[in-house]
Amino acid sequence: MSDRKIVDAKNTFCPGPLMELIASMKQAEVGDELEVLSTDEGSANDIPEWIKKVGHQVLDSFDENGVWHVIVRKEK
Amino acid sequence: MKVLVIGGGMGGTIFANNLARRMRKELKAGKSSITMLSASDQHMYQPGLLYVAVGKMQPSEMYRDQTSLLEPSIRFEVDPVTTFDLDNNYVIAKSGARYDYDMIVIATGSRAHAESIPGLNEHALQFYTEPDAVAMYKQLEKFEGGKVVVAVGVPHKCPMAPLEITFMLVDYFKQRGIWEKVDLHYTYPIGRVHSLEPVAKWAAPEFERLGIQYETFFNMKEVTQNTIISEEGSEQAFDLLVTIPAHKGMQVIEDNGLGVSGFIATDRQRLNMEGRDNVFVLGDTTNIPISKAGSTAHYEAEVLAENIAALAESGIAPRNYDGKVFCFIETGEGKASYAMFDYQNPPDPKAPTAGVHWFKTAYNKMYWASARGLL
Repeated sequence: MSDRKIVDAKNTFCPGPLMELIASMKQAEVGDELEVLSTDEGSANDIPEWIKKVGHQVLDSFDENGVWHVIVRKEK
Repeated sequence: MKVLVIGGGMGGTIFANNLARRMRKELKAGKSSITMLSASDQHMYQPGLLYVAVGKMQPSEMYRDQTSLLEPSIRFEVDPVTTFDLDNNYVIAKSGARYDYDMIVIATGSRAHAESIPGLNEHALQFYTEPDAVAMYKQLEKFEGGKVVVAVGVPHKCPMAPLEITFMLVDYFKQRGIWEKVDLHYTYPIGRVHSLEPVAKWAAPEFERLGIQYETFFNMKEVTQNTIISEEGSEQAFDLLVTIPAHKGMQVIEDNGLGVSGFIATDRQRLNMEGRDNVFVLGDTTNIPISKAGSTAHYEAEVLAENIAALAESGIAPRNYDGKVFCFIETGEGKASYAMFDYQNPPDPKAPTAGVHWFKTAYNKMYWASARGLL
């Protein structure tokens, strides 16, 4: 596993945190961890929803000073 | 000061013209120079491709000679870069010529990369190059009805393209009198029909009103002759597949190790390449997580030109790029809307009007003044 990649999508509206994560996932290897930073509260829901549909894994999700951190692992 | 601009697209052109005007005296006195290197002597108005794909614009309307758009004080060479030596402040171009610089601005753009999905290039219509847009229109002309699927890759150039091509297809099929025979199925990678939530909230009811089916959380995985399969496990049969493919930056960026997938890590406010003070990046070439759109490149170019002119004069760069983006949204039925936003302010798109559509139609011509830095 490589170092955890940060996907910094704070204060951006388009394409937005989940689209940034999807693009980053394509470049990642199986087993890689990615941490999305988002100021969109909706990320706490839509990122896990997509991760579950595709079959990856959410490792953690928390709000820190108004920034959502969603940590995921590429599983396939 | 020697300024080298790599790329003659919207960002590079607006930047170079803006800077040339700001540095007129220095350029005239020979104290500074601006050189642009491009892969083509032609400048394409890329949003025109969308119109070519549905027969509303001819390819020739999308082009002007690049030299006709540039300030005379700018040296222009059709000589694409092959090697960047950022440690030693020079590039080597295809001709073998070496170009030295004090400041370099990289604006090489992005390209559709349908090859990333097995079968997509072979079985889908796309419109991100002139040949592809013309081929799409030829296929549309032959189409007499059936199921049309729109599929979207990430990241892609022009965030409104998925919606616009969908609405424009509805208009096209209606004008041909075959809309009743078409089952149009729109897909989108995330859990709503557009990345901008207010736009998605407007578009979904429009789809329902027009009878367009839609499916969210649909990321392309594989395409066969008449079926597209998503990473999420869904399958859609199609008679025509129209795609907005995922994009990559240009190969030369990857070949020189400047950025993953051809996108250069760029400071989102200062627009310098991370870790380098005299390397700047514009438009689609950056990895900044905002829209890959002409307006992004336009607003970035204006900020950067002001900063570099100020650096040359006083050593101070006064402006930050604020993330401003402006996108027209062609919504069909002779109407359009727009979305405008920046890093701090979300978009608040208004209901589509005929007036905005006509303004967009006018902008398709006014663009050439914009590229010259006059608008």
